Amino acid sequence: MDPLILARAQFAANISFHILFPTITIALGWLLFFFRWRWLKTRDEGWLASYRFWTKVFALSFALGVVSGITMSFQFGTNWPGFMERVGNIAGPLLGYEVLTAFFLEATFLGVMLFGHNRVSERMHMIATFLVAFGTTVSAFWILSLNSWMQTPTGYEIVNGEFHVRSWIEVLFNPSFPYRLAHMLLASGLTGSFLVAGVSAWQLLRGTPHKGTQRALRTGITVAAILIPVQIFVGDQHGLNTLEHQPQKIAAMEGVWQTERGAPLLLFAWPDAAAKENRYVVGIPKGASLILRHDAQAEVRGLNEFEGQHPPVAPLFFAFRLMVGVGMLMLAVSWTTVWMLRRRAWVAQQLPRAMLGVLSAMSFSGWLATLAGWYVTEIGRQPFIVYGLIRTAEVASKTPASHIALTLAAYLALYAVLIVAFISVVRYLAEHTEDSEALPAGSGQAIAQTAAAAGQGARS
Amino acid sequence: MSWEQALPMIFLGLMGLSMLVYVALDGYDLGVGMLLPRASDAQKDVMIASIGPFWDANETWLVLGVGILLIAFPKAHGLVLTALYLPVAAMLIGLILRGVAFDFRVKARAHHKPLWNLAFFAGSGLASVAQGYMLGRYITGFAEGPEFAVFAAAIALALPAAYVLLGASWLIMKTEGELQAQSVRWAKQAWIPVVVGMALISIATPWVSQTVRNKWFVMPEFIALLPIPLMTAVALVLARGLLNSHRVLGKLCWAPFALVIAVFILGAFGLAYSLYPYVVMDRLTLWQAASATNSLAVILVGVAIAVPAIAGYTVFAYRVFWGKATELHYG
Repeated sequence: MDPLILARAQFAANISFHILFPTITIALGWLLFFFRWRWLKTRDEGWLASYRFWTKVFALSFALGVVSGITMSFQFGTNWPGFMERVGNIAGPLLGYEVLTAFFLEATFLGVMLFGHNRVSERMHMIATFLVAFGTTVSAFWILSLNSWMQTPTGYEIVNGEFHVRSWIEVLFNPSFPYRLAHMLLASGLTGSFLVAGVSAWQLLRGTPHKGTQRALRTGITVAAILIPVQIFVGDQHGLNTLEHQPQKIAAMEGVWQTERGAPLLLFAWPDAAAKENRYVVGIPKGASLILRHDAQAEVRGLNEFEGQHPPVAPLFFAFRLMVGVGMLMLAVSWTTVWMLRRRAWVAQQLPRAMLGVLSAMSFSGWLATLAGWYVTEIGRQPFIVYGLIRTAEVASKTPASHIALTLAAYLALYAVLIVAFISVVRYLAEHTEDSEALPAGSGQAIAQTAAAAGQGARS
Repeated sequence: MSWEQALPMIFLGLMGLSMLVYVALDGYDLGVGMLLPRASDAQKDVMIASIGPFWDANETWLVLGVGILLIAFPKAHGLVLTALYLPVAAMLIGLILRGVAFDFRVKARAHHKPLWNLAFFAGSGLASVAQGYMLGRYITGFAEGPEFAVFAAAIALALPAAYVLLGASWLIMKTEGELQAQSVRWAKQAWIPVVVGMALISIATPWVSQTVRNKWFVMPEFIALLPIPLMTAVALVLARGLLNSHRVLGKLCWAPFALVIAVFILGAFGLAYSLYPYVVMDRLTLWQAASATNSLAVILVGVAIAVPAIAGYTVFAYRVFWGKATELHYG
């Protein structure tokens, strides 16, 4: 098999697995901070129970994100050695600042946040929780800046084939960065809030709620209902920005093979790459022109203008529709739930079982939409690694295909096991909430007694 | 020395420091992981509690180390990681297993716990052996040949032994009672292979590498460098002596850990001296591999601000969890 395809598959497998977890932790970190703050303000046990329950899911997600992130930091070199040799002067500092300003911050204070409640003051613990959430967000800032630069490179000059920085401001705040950052942070917010709402709904269905399940459900679904219209707006703006800077990506997403005026919006089609046309088309006439150019007769540039320089159509076409579809579903579900809750005096337990079932089914819907969105943006950049400037094939590693295939198989097997384990453990935790209830309410004395008892147990 | 020449040196120093801090900190985590199967179930919980708040941040030093390699020496980064493709993958799989097992074992249903304990042990072992092997390949500049393979294999066994010694010393410091006494026995057992391994490697390195031989065995450098092996020997002997004393269970519980850390630092000194000025032995000097001055200067500003801050809050975190390890609760 082609080593380039294997190297791409391996990197894609790893980065897809990785992004699942930061997508949860960025938002969940802020939700935990909110739970913690509500508990301090109201002293309502429900908020504390929510905090404790979701801390466990957070810790698990965080660990999975860290270990797969470390893998990624190595795979830059093992899979794309030429990338760093060519653009190291730009990518290096951005990655370096991510490690320096975010990784250490979140990793160090995570220990204090998870296990230090009875060892530091309430205020210090709040600060630790804040710093963890803040660290995850700062990390997103740097990595999305780099990714956006690879999509819309600016502020560089090329000397002897190597990239040098002309303006750091232009590199950092490249044209697609604000849109991509906002889109990703909102995606994280939606993933986290649907997870919290969905798992809480599952607990109500299974009859295993903790003291804070209702509050968590309300918080999750309210946040989701607020974020989803914002996300749809930001997504549209992001699309317009892409149209301006990467028109072939849009052409592939919309399945526009030939430049045309009054292009239809395809709801479904089967893109045929060999014939360069779509089959089984279901579309809204002039829809694409209207959405993309805000003019029914406007011209949409087709893939025929980008011969040999455009991404494959089918993956983008379907991934984009999957993302938008999940987004619309999120809008329908979150608004329906909020409306139902309002009519039931915000008592989540009164929600129809069918609604709770739908919410549970949507627990991991954010993952689907996020992955689909990233496939659109990353496959959409192909055949380039730095858009328009460096082709992916140029920087690939010379590692023998057999080595890549072997390690790819190992990673895939491991990731499959870990995804199954993650979802089963979240479910197990959701159905066994009595453990979190049994905890002493954060008094150092009680913890010390437990520890002493455990110590005696160990000695005897 | 000009600024263009000095910057790569500063970053080489930082990279060496990050790697040393990583090996010392994650070394005790990995060592504790490798000792896990030899402990009772209750002891396992205490052992893992002793590293719980730290392992995550400890591992971040590896990201910083490889990050600096990537940022400051991009040409070496590609060369090193291509040459070490398979052991890097093995280490990463080991680190993944170890990291996730830590979190899964306390949350999964009870009958899955032994499985996650096994994953924790296997992951720690795999990562340590892979790191040792990589170190062995790296020292010789990835030279091919049977003697180099044997050399790398020897380090692949010696480094895990050193991690076990460090992990056992960590447990002596952080635990009490039966587990602490047990840890003293573990440390004694690990001490022998560590000493044999270090002696063999010290002899073998100059033997397999002309460059190293020329740097150590000339006058007056030989005399000037003598304190490094001598102090290493003294630290090891002192640690062994302490392990026989009952005071190691009380007031001096921190001493074996400090001494083993000292051995790691001295080893790093020796290694750094052997390698300098190469980033990849005999193939690429630090100046040949370095990034543009402008980029290095930009990161240096961040490093100058961030590293003291990182050091500060790392100390803070260790102080929060100072003293003997107790059971961990999410709260």
